[in-house]
This record gives sequence, structure tokens and C-alpha cells, in this order.
Amino acid sequence: MKNDNNWEPKIVTFLCNWCSYAGADLAGVSRLQYPPNIRVIRVPCSGRVNPFYIIKVLQNGIDGVLVSGCHPGDCHYISGNLVARRKFALLKSFLEYIGIEPGRVQFSWVSAAEGGRFVDIIEKVTSEIKKLGPSKKLSKWQKEAEYIKEILK
Amino acid sequence: MIEKIKETVKKLFKENKIDIFIGYSEGTLPLRSTPCFITRSEDIEKLVWNSYCSNNLAVYLPRFFVSQRGAKDAKLPRIGILAKGCDGRSIVGLIKEHQIPRENIYIIGIHCGGMINTKKIKKVDIVAAEEKNDKVLVEDEDKKKVELKKEELLADMCKTCQYTAPAVYDILLGKEKQKTKKEDREAFIKEFEKKPLEERWEYFQEQISKCIRCNACRQACPNCYCKECFAEQAKPRWIGPTNDISDVMFYQIGRIFHQAGRCVDCGACVRACPMGVDLRVFTYKLIKDVKEFFEYEAGVSLEEAPPLATFKQDDKQEFITEP
Ligand code: SF4
Ligand code: SF4
Ligand code: SF4
Repeated sequence: MKNDNNWEPKIVTFLCNWCSYAGADLAGVSRLQYPPNIRVIRVPCSGRVNPFYIIKVLQNGIDGVLVSGCHPGDCHYISGNLVARRKFALLKSFLEYIGIEPGRVQFSWVSAAEGGRFVDIIEKVTSEIKKLGPSKKLSKWQKEAEYIKEILK
Repeated sequence: MIEKIKETVKKLFKENKIDIFIGYSEGTLPLRSTPCFITRSEDIEKLVWNSYCSNNLAVYLPRFFVSQRGAKDAKLPRIGILAKGCDGRSIVGLIKEHQIPRENIYIIGIHCGGMINTKKIKKVDIVAAEEKNDKVLVEDEDKKKVELKKEELLADMCKTCQYTAPAVYDILLGKEKQKTKKEDREAFIKEFEKKPLEERWEYFQEQISKCIRCNACRQACPNCYCKECFAEQAKPRWIGPTNDISDVMFYQIGRIFHQAGRCVDCGACVRACPMGVDLRVFTYKLIKDVKEFFEYEAGVSLEEAPPLATFKQDDKQEFITEP
């Protein structure tokens, strides 16, 4: 599918209810355009994002993941994002260590007032993941998919 | 040394300080000692101490308490345990995570000189073995004796071990062992980090494809005490029941990641693995990162909060995407 010129990545975003989701909402009501590649999953807090969600998303054949929460200090639950930051730092480093492309899994801070920043981040993340091409490494039935592609050529 | 251990255990039973003692007894094969549970003082004679006492005994502790949790008239056994440096660190972890009550554990710490990795002995037909100072004498079927240097047989983790004795103990036996050379303990991780992305992925894939998901690594790990592991959870079902490599990868990434800030590099998982999966190059990466990012080392203090249960305002965040 990579050689397919109009391939578009699918990106799952986990947005925290209080900041990033509201930021995305603001971008929407302000009629700001951003790439339609993202699928939004609203979570109560970036601290709610189990690292397994991220791996599961990649396993299901999604091309990239963005987790976004409140800026440090602004968390609705005071420190959810700070605990999450530690988890994400380790997870990102570990995934890169085993050979997952650095841009696949990203994290950001976007407040409820930053509609513009939300758009900028989505644009950046989307273009980075587009450059990486379809995600294959952790996705399921990859060998079978390649085999079928091969025999149907 | 073994006499001192026996003496101490005898005293503990005599003074009625423990109900059970966990140590090692002779294994059924040469070059193996096996975990041993003593409940009567007559059995103390079974205890041994040598360079094949590799098992991390801390793995047995949580199960003594799990059945009593929340029980009205909870009966908690008092357990004596022989602890090398790594066992001791695991015990500290378990206490910190409230899996075992400190007051019910009597820790006999011991200065450990390192354990042998029997896989490093190339001979296969060993029928007997004897340890003498820094040498191991092995005898094969034809009664031929070969002398091996213990140093050359040491397990990789033991070679660079920094905590040869536990940090928390009730009594500490033996003489302090010479600290391992200044040799860079993280060298093998740094080397792996330097490899190109695709090469790292190749290696990860190659290792994981050997895994048969027997769960032995999990069972051997003292930190894997969960009553229900994510690997078996059905709601949500994290891992499919297939042998597709992505499911196996999910299992390993999950298990290894769950050891972040908890792994003490005891090597129990590596020893337990029947397929020879190189787990250490992945588990140790998290040890390195946790130390680098959060200045934390597992199992060396009872007070310090586990790194993923706490935070600092100025924690590392260069990885955050900025527009
Ligand atoms: S992950 Fe392996 S090396 Fe680390 S504590 Fe568990 S058994 Fe020991
Ligand atoms: S792998 Fe994780 S969930 Fe499973 S037993 Fe170990 S710590 Fe618990
Ligand atoms: S012990 Fe080895 S083969 Fe078994 S699940 Fe662990 S890594 Fe896989």
C-alpha cells in the first residue's frame, strides 16, 4: 500500500478530557483545518493511558499514536500527567530501543485554549508518520498479508 | 559458611522466631542446588551453600501471604530466608509494594561471590562436581576430572553485580566480597543502542520468535506476583491466543515493561527460559533508563518511592512533541 500514492496514515490520538480534547474542540469551533487522519479517543487524563493501549493500537494496524494531555502543572487531577510523563519517557525509549521508528508514538501537551497549537501538532505528527509509511512492525498478521500480496502480484 | 547458616537457622527455630525457612538444598543433578523449605529443625542439615544457588528465593514469599489478605483472623507465617544481594533487593521491592510484611520476614543476608551459569560449561556428561575455592572440579562418565575456573563460569549478571549483599537484612553473614571491576555494567546496552534501528528490530524479532510463551520467565520473576496477569486477562483481552509474532511481542513488551523500576537483574527469567531468549538485553535497558531518567535503583532502599509511583516537576521531557 505504500507505493499507493494516495495512501493516508491512520493515527489514533488519546486526548485528555480537560485540556487536549477541549483544545481539539476549540480548533473545531474556530474552524481551523487540520489533517483528517486522526481518530480521537477521549480519556479522562493522560495518566489514564495504559501503555498497553498504545501497543494494542499498533497491533491493530494503526500507523501512529499520539497521546496528549494538559501541560505540566495544569492537570485537572494535579499530577496525572506528571506520573504519565515518566511512563511515557520509558515507553518511548523502550520502543525505539527494540526498533520501532521514533515518530510512530508521540506525546504532547495541549491546553484547552490552544486550538492553534493542536492544529500545528496534528500537522507535524501526521506529516512525520506519512513519511514513515504504513506501520508494520507490531501489526498482526503481517506475514500473512505480505504473503497474499506476493502471490496475488 | 554453611555451618554458620545452619547455626543461625537452628537458633531461629529454637527461639521460635520463624515458622519456615527458605534456603537451598542439594539438587538432583550436579552443579544444581534447589530451593528448599524447612519447617522442622531436623531438616536443617539439608541446607547447602555453594556457587549453584542461583534461584531467586524471593519469588516464593508473596504466596505465603496472598491467601491471608483481607481475612478476619489472618494467620501470617514468619519466614526466614537466605538472601543473596539480588534476592535481598527483590525482597525490598516486595515489601515496598506491600506484598509481604517486613516484620514477618527474617532476612539472613549473605555476601555472594557470584553464581555459576551452568550453560557456560561445554561438557555435557557431567556426573559429579565439587567446588574448591575458586575452582570447580567436574567429573564425567569416564571418571575423568576436569578443573574449571569459577571466574570463567560466572553468570553475566554476577560478573558485574554491584550489590553482592542485601541492603536490608536482619543478620549478615560472610565476608564482604571484592566489588567487581570498574568494567562498564551498561556496556552491552550502549552497544545495542548504537546499532541501526532496523538491526535492533531484527534482533528483537529474532529473539521473540524463539519464545513459545511458556510463561516460565514470568513465573520465575519475584516481581510477577499478580494474581491475574495481563497475559491471561480476558476483559480486555490484551493478547490474542495465536502464535502470530505480534501477540508474542505484546507479551514480552508487556512483561518486560512491567519490570520498569522493579527489575533487579537477578537473571531468574533468563535462567528459566527454555528457549534461550536473550531477555537481559531488554530488561537491562529499562534498568539503565530508570537510573538515567529518575536516578533510581530497584531494591536498595525501603524509603524511596517506586519510580513510576512518583514524579518530579522537572522530570525529563525532551521527548515531548512541540509544534
Ligand atoms: S525481570 Fe528477570 S532479571 Fe528482572 S527481576 Fe524479574 S526475573 Fe529478575
Ligand atoms: S507480566 Fe505484568 S501483569 Fe503479568 S505477572 Fe508480571 S507484572 Fe503482573
Ligand atoms: S521463558 Fe522464554 S520461551 Fe518462555 S515465555 Fe519467557 S521468553 Fe518465552
